[in-house]
Amino acid sequence: MDLKDLYRDVIVDHNRHPRNFREIPDADRRADGFNPLCGDKLTVFVKLDGGRISDVAFNGSGCAISIASASLLTESVKGRTIAEAEGLFSQMHQLLTRDDVEVDVSSLGKLGALSGVREFPARVKCASLCWHTLDAALHQQQQVSTE
Amino acid sequence: MNAVHAVAGSSAALDVAAIRRDFPVLERTVRGLPLSYLDNAASSQRPRAVIDAMSRYYETSHANVHRGVHTLSQEATDLFEGAREKVRRFINAKSTTEIIFVRGTTEAINLVAQSYGRPTLGPGDEILISWLEHHANIVPWQMLCQQTGATLQVAPITRSGEVDFDAFAALLSPRTKLVALAHVSNALGTIIPVSRFIAAARTRGVPVLLDGAQAVPHMTVDVQALNCDFYAFSGHKMCGPTGIGVLYGRESLLSAMPPWQGGGDMILAVSFEKTVYNGLPYKFEAGTPDIAGAIGLGAAIDYLEALGMERIAAAEHALLDYANERLATVPGLRFVGTAPDKAAVVSFTLDRVHPHDLGTILDHEGVAIRTGHHCAMPVMDFFGLPATARASFAFYNTPAEIERLVAALLTAREMLG
Repeated sequence: MDLKDLYRDVIVDHNRHPRNFREIPDADRRADGFNPLCGDKLTVFVKLDGGRISDVAFNGSGCAISIASASLLTESVKGRTIAEAEGLFSQMHQLLTRDDVEVDVSSLGKLGALSGVREFPARVKCASLCWHTLDAALHQQQQVSTE
Repeated sequence: MNAVHAVAGSSAALDVAAIRRDFPVLERTVRGLPLSYLDNAASSQRPRAVIDAMSRYYETSHANVHRGVHTLSQEATDLFEGAREKVRRFINAKSTTEIIFVRGTTEAINLVAQSYGRPTLGPGDEILISWLEHHANIVPWQMLCQQTGATLQVAPITRSGEVDFDAFAALLSPRTKLVALAHVSNALGTIIPVSRFIAAARTRGVPVLLDGAQAVPHMTVDVQALNCDFYAFSGHKMCGPTGIGVLYGRESLLSAMPPWQGGGDMILAVSFEKTVYNGLPYKFEAGTPDIAGAIGLGAAIDYLEALGMERIAAAEHALLDYANERLATVPGLRFVGTAPDKAAVVSFTLDRVHPHDLGTILDHEGVAIRTGHHCAMPVMDFFGLPATARASFAFYNTPAEIERLVAALLTAREMLG
């Protein structure tokens, strides 16, 4: 397994220049995510328009995988319905944790760049933290921890 | 040939190449590269002598201890109690009655909290620790405070990662009933000048527990010279097995303490009306102990003593100096914990590269370090960091391994910085 499979160019770019890295002061939903193992802390903000995510952003601190994953998340769920975002969450969960399930990476767009994470079990929680946090926000839970 | 024999009796520096051959795991590769194991503060590796002592025991002499009159039980008891005597000598305790085998440092501290602290502390009493402590020297005291109504006081640290002695002394009061301090900080490597702290506490009649998990593997420890009341350490950080550790306790305190756990071996006579407890140290060793673990720990002590604790300390200090000098050349690297007196532990951050990414990238270069909060979250909070990277050296490490660490850090910087 090459390191470049984990730290692909898309991931390095999103870590250096995270997209939607900001607070949404009047967010309809927000949740905090925490990974006690490595100290990653993220807050995800969601603005809803009917059943659709009209804006989504995050802030916090974390490793390259968690920051890039959160940045990619914001790009991929913006404009989607809650149901679509939850569908993506489920696909991402499979992509990150199940090597016995074929995931159609092409349907995931840039999120497919995270497919290498599966080969680094210690890093799966880094990539999934933002998704669990988004899920918590959409279900109006305040906090989520990967432990 | 065992490296111990190669150098025994000589005052020369350690023969590291020969020592490395004593450690089977150092021959393995990680991701196709030789292993550079720089995570010794989390757990050290074991020499063949320790592994063999445990295997030999299981192959030839295993039976339960202190129970049978048959040959194997006697052999097992002799080996187990022989290990206790090795521990006593190693830390210069007065008597083997003061050496209690436990699972590790964590269990030793919990034993003191529950057996010494719980019956004696009450509302208004205080336990004094420092900001540098490992969670194992924080949480048992918090639990004790919840149980007794006592309060936890925390002596602050300085930006260099030293415990502020004046602030510590100011926190000592008639309410202070116990002081618990690290001897060496696991997160930063700071060697705490404990004699001064112990003297200040004991002149006020306050007993002192030292968490020696990081100290015992790297320096000569003499509990009588230290004049501490309790000293806790683990086997696995000093080339011994996991699952075994030691609580040293001053006999006058241990005698007065009630048993912590009940069961076999800690009793003299049991009836449904009344149980008579066994004497020290067995009063605190309920159930069949980790016999093989104790024997392995004894073998680890033999190994370390043959090398010589002073030579081990000198070798590790040389590695620390070399690492400090070489790591200082890495752009964007910041040392966390810069006390003048340190064990061979270097905690650091690298600008724009998160410690967790460093851990993964370094592993790809065959270099094993610890990244994270090192079970010392208050220390991380003090420095405003979520985590650090920590390289920690043992006497079997080499300058070449430090060069590989430096090269891997430059790679990480290139990839993510």
